[in-house]
Amino acid sequence: MNDMTPTREQREAALEGMGCKRKRVEDIRFTQGKGQYVDDLKLPGMVFGDFVRSPYAHAKVTKIDASEALKLPGVIAVLTAEDLKGVNLAWMPTLAGDVQMVLADGKVLYQNQEVAFVVAENRYIADDAIQLVEVEYEELPVLTDPFKSLDEDAPVLRPDLDGKMEGAHGPRKHHNHIFTWEVGDKDETSKAFTEADVTVKEMISYHRTHPSPLETCQCVASMDKVKGELTVWGTFQAPHVIRTVASLLSTIPEHKIHVIAPDIGGGFGNKVGAYPGYICSIVASIVTGVPVKWVEDRMENLSTTSFARDYHMTTEIAAKNDGTVTGLKVHVLADHGGFDACADPSKWPAGFFNIVTGSYDFPTAHLEVDGVYTNKAPGGVAYRCSFRVTEAAYCIERGMDILAQKLGMDPADLRIKNFVKPEQFPYQSALGWEYDSGDYHTAMHKAMDTIGYRELRAEQKAKQEAFKRGETREIMGIGVSFFTEIVGAGPSKNCDILGVAMFDSAEIRVHPTGSVISRMGTKSQGQGHETTWAQIIATEIGIPADDIMVEEGDTDTAPYGLGTYGSRSTPVAGAAIALAARKIRNKAQMIAAHMLEVSEYDLEWDVDGFQVKGNPQARKSMKEIAWAAYHAPPQGIEPGLEAVSYYDPPNMTYPFGAYFCVMDIDVDTGVAKTRRFYALDDCGTRINPMIIEGQVHGGLTEAFAIAMGQEIRYDETGNVMGASFMDFFIPTAVETPHWETDHTVTPSPHHPIGAKGVGESPNVGGVPAFSNAVNDAFQFLGSTHIQMPHDAWRIWQAAKELGAHG
Amino acid sequence: MIPGEFTYHRPSSVAEAVAILVSHGDEARPLSGGHSLIPMMKLRMAAPEHLVDLGGIADLKGVAEDGDTITVGAMTTQSDLIASELLAAKLPIVRETSELIADPQIRYLGTLGGNVANGDPGNDMPALMQCLNADYVLTGPDGDRRVPARDFYEAAYFTALAPEEILTSIRIPVPPSGHGYAYEKLKRKVGDYATAAAAVVLTMSGGAVSTCSVALTNVADTPLFAKEAGEILTGSSLDSDTIKRAVAAAEAITEPASDGRGPAEYRTKMAGVMLERALARAAERAQG
Amino acid sequence: MSDIEQVPVSLTVNGKKVQRFVEPRTLLIHFLREDLNLTGPHIGCETSHCGACTVEMNGMSVKTCTVFAVQANGAELTTIEGMANPDGTLSALQEGFRQMHGLQCGFCTPGMIMRAHTLLKENPNPTEDEIRMGISGNLCRCTGYQNIVKAIQYAAAKLNGTDIQEAAE
Repeated sequence: MNDMTPTREQREAALEGMGCKRKRVEDIRFTQGKGQYVDDLKLPGMVFGDFVRSPYAHAKVTKIDASEALKLPGVIAVLTAEDLKGVNLAWMPTLAGDVQMVLADGKVLYQNQEVAFVVAENRYIADDAIQLVEVEYEELPVLTDPFKSLDEDAPVLRPDLDGKMEGAHGPRKHHNHIFTWEVGDKDETSKAFTEADVTVKEMISYHRTHPSPLETCQCVASMDKVKGELTVWGTFQAPHVIRTVASLLSTIPEHKIHVIAPDIGGGFGNKVGAYPGYICSIVASIVTGVPVKWVEDRMENLSTTSFARDYHMTTEIAAKNDGTVTGLKVHVLADHGGFDACADPSKWPAGFFNIVTGSYDFPTAHLEVDGVYTNKAPGGVAYRCSFRVTEAAYCIERGMDILAQKLGMDPADLRIKNFVKPEQFPYQSALGWEYDSGDYHTAMHKAMDTIGYRELRAEQKAKQEAFKRGETREIMGIGVSFFTEIVGAGPSKNCDILGVAMFDSAEIRVHPTGSVISRMGTKSQGQGHETTWAQIIATEIGIPADDIMVEEGDTDTAPYGLGTYGSRSTPVAGAAIALAARKIRNKAQMIAAHMLEVSEYDLEWDVDGFQVKGNPQARKSMKEIAWAAYHAPPQGIEPGLEAVSYYDPPNMTYPFGAYFCVMDIDVDTGVAKTRRFYALDDCGTRINPMIIEGQVHGGLTEAFAIAMGQEIRYDETGNVMGASFMDFFIPTAVETPHWETDHTVTPSPHHPIGAKGVGESPNVGGVPAFSNAVNDAFQFLGSTHIQMPHDAWRIWQAAKELGAHG
Repeated sequence: MIPGEFTYHRPSSVAEAVAILVSHGDEARPLSGGHSLIPMMKLRMAAPEHLVDLGGIADLKGVAEDGDTITVGAMTTQSDLIASELLAAKLPIVRETSELIADPQIRYLGTLGGNVANGDPGNDMPALMQCLNADYVLTGPDGDRRVPARDFYEAAYFTALAPEEILTSIRIPVPPSGHGYAYEKLKRKVGDYATAAAAVVLTMSGGAVSTCSVALTNVADTPLFAKEAGEILTGSSLDSDTIKRAVAAAEAITEPASDGRGPAEYRTKMAGVMLERALARAAERAQG
Repeated sequence: MSDIEQVPVSLTVNGKKVQRFVEPRTLLIHFLREDLNLTGPHIGCETSHCGACTVEMNGMSVKTCTVFAVQANGAELTTIEGMANPDGTLSALQEGFRQMHGLQCGFCTPGMIMRAHTLLKENPNPTEDEIRMGISGNLCRCTGYQNIVKAIQYAAAKLNGTDIQEAAE
């Protein structure tokens, strides 16, 4: 070899494959303002749609008069439920098996519900016209407290369900009841509680919040009446699902519907579902024959499209005196708002909440979830978490702290005592999941050592003494959280959306010159798929990531996939990508064997090509093989070099992590300052560490916001409070803590590259870490549980009730 | 969120601006930085038919010293206030307060005149101007009149400003050199209005308070000049007993709304805590 | 149409003279995006809280969702589209955001870079605290700001000709 021949390491580095902190491809356009988001789209003749919305939370709609609005020059149409009935679209099915009004059909069930859709030449005229649509309402009694939903005399919210005592998930027991979902062994669990040395019980609420990506939900629908084809550009986390839904609802054949998700300005679960804005834009385009754009404003976004959480979890743990847990009992009251529009896999009315046993070896458990209606917006989306997993993690992580307090044990030690042990994997949980892998002890010990856990406890003790002596008005909390996520929905045996199994897909085409285009069924909203997917392919087939183009979001070109949410992209599509790439490599091996005139069994893979075993000089690079595949395909082998893979995962993946939060609280103002936050994540194989760290930073920031004040509140008349960025807490760079990140690597045994998914872990693990820090700070004053969100006034109030203000 | 239609005026003198206001009465609104008015217009909670942009009137900008008074033109922005060396030397509390208003972008456009004239109880400058005993110069068809900041505010968005008048400048008496000062603001995040805030200016002599002025932000439907609290503190050595009485007197005049920042009880208490902290910092800064 | 007359505005945007007639109520963000096809500045909150619509106007960072186009008459504007180097390469800030992973979905990025641009002009050597305060009018939902701070430090160092500290994690 001469000096110019690159070494193996150099060839490897040139690929920028898995494990490389590759800089993002997307950033070239985003840093220049050249991203292409939905609202950037301008089509000839395009008009604009906007909603008339209800000021009332519960009212009959007795009259809608659009005559004045229609007189305004530039107004094209005003659609109401009556118009939609003509095309059978006044109501639409939800992903959760309920139905939802597209436009108010005789009544409204929450404030800002869509009442009429104004179509005008531009958004200014549309807004003017909205002011001119006269709607008469007859107010009805309002129900906002889910604890009162099932009262005998609670107002009837859904007359459309009158007499229907069987819902999508079994029997309904009240006019405002949606479902009861029961998992686990009730008798065994009761027995565990009877026999327990110690039990604890607490109602732990996880308040209503909202994903609020910086870009709101929006779309452009364009019906080509000549061709009978509909094109919809939209903020879709799952474009193929939207296409199927659009076809089912509109009866336009699916091949004549083109759904395109361009660049998306953040999703966090908000952009999974189908909303009235999409339906109305489509109908309006069908009616008018011109493209119709709909763009939510921020107030509409926060108050109508897809809240998250609103789970009220009565949690009981049974244990022995030495801290060994023996049983878990949880009842959830789930507030779903006016319609059950949860974006969960169809068979899972409470998502994967049955991951609630967490990282602990509970011999038995019982879970019951009751879903109820209230006069609030529908939704219940997985805001930066797998379906209802953040609720479950919060429930068990608060519960373990409460148990530790009762036992007088250190909360970290109690967790370690009860961890599922490495040798127990694959582990069968009491509520039905098979955890694929984990090494909780190693992660926890690493985290505790790094943060100096014991020293922090000693410091806390000294501060508590100083506080009692009146020397300081500041108290200190240490939040411990050890979460296990369940992501990668999912196996077709238990996961589908409207009947479509939750597989995902990848297609890879190697061009003659050795560059690649690849397409997936997922859709990035900031996760950097164009960068990381290419890295997987680069490692698998030895072509530099820079020579691989990744394209997502166009349903005409991408293979069918279920989209990006619930941290499913890497566990599902990531596997499909690896397997498609391996198909290509297998074919390449046959071609290389032919080129080198050896048997393919005599070849071995080496970074970026095949070489003859024992004679590495006899090699063909992938680039050479690609050319051969088109130029001189061996006899008996199809020309070309491309592959498609649809991947149905055998199991979910179970990322986990150990998070620690150190907080100082000013008792007199209730202001909490996060002094340190340390996050150790184990997401299995790490594809791009830079992007993983970025995901963790972002998820932690959202967790911080949620735990410390981000809330959608309603007053008793159903007014939604603070639906703007003045009141809805999105922290700025000033409030946001500094993040310390760390990791261990326990690859998933069933995933082709061992990756588990990470985008949502920091939110799932972060919320309990913050809340436990606040709660931990007040324990020495006799507190057991303070509800989230922990904004300053609520912390101050807790301090006051505990007598901390003297 | 789209504002309704209006006719736009951009006068180049105060006289011209006043003439426009006179001819359109209630249908006209002056526009300064716009960061209160424009969002209200986008929500259609304000729908002026004539918008009188004061941005073209050069006379309304600038900070000038005139004997014992500093005069600030109404269209002087928060970032101008922060940059002013004169204010930094003579009235450092103005910079301290300005830096706590909204965020950098808004401070480039937001003006002192707009902040004090708008009558929003959430604004920070009105209480500060009350604390400093500033006068507002209101210019109308009959010329100028002066109204003390302490008499200007009537209720939320209701002030002594007549529809045909423009608040053209703010005259601030310069406190003695060596005065102590502090503006303490509790807020949920950058960009938020105060949960409660307190402005304190005091002078000390031989360890005792010679003069003391206190005002509070966003704990009633107007800014609050806490006269009694200031009087209690004057003559004291800022001993904890006196501070306690002054805080109680300040808390007693608050009447905050319950909102996302907290219930009324909390905000009242926070006014007290902010006052206590402002006093401590002001005393530390005071010479003499 | 309305009785309100359209009014002329003329301004300089990214070095080019622009003249248009607009309705007085036209917001500057819509003027940039719809009339001038400069879709880099984005609309996030519409209430001047998120800063996604930030541009530089006469040397100041402004949120164009809360300014009327008529108010910008005679002004000099720079948007994200005017930020790349004259030869088309990424400017120090743009490069910093890419190198330090200072963006994810990219929606806040144009406003964030424009704000940082003005910040660095006023304070070429900001501390971390000064950067955090300086960008506190810009919200990001993806990054948690930590790498945005590093991106701005990267640009500051590059513009000052000093050593660039620490790569993104």
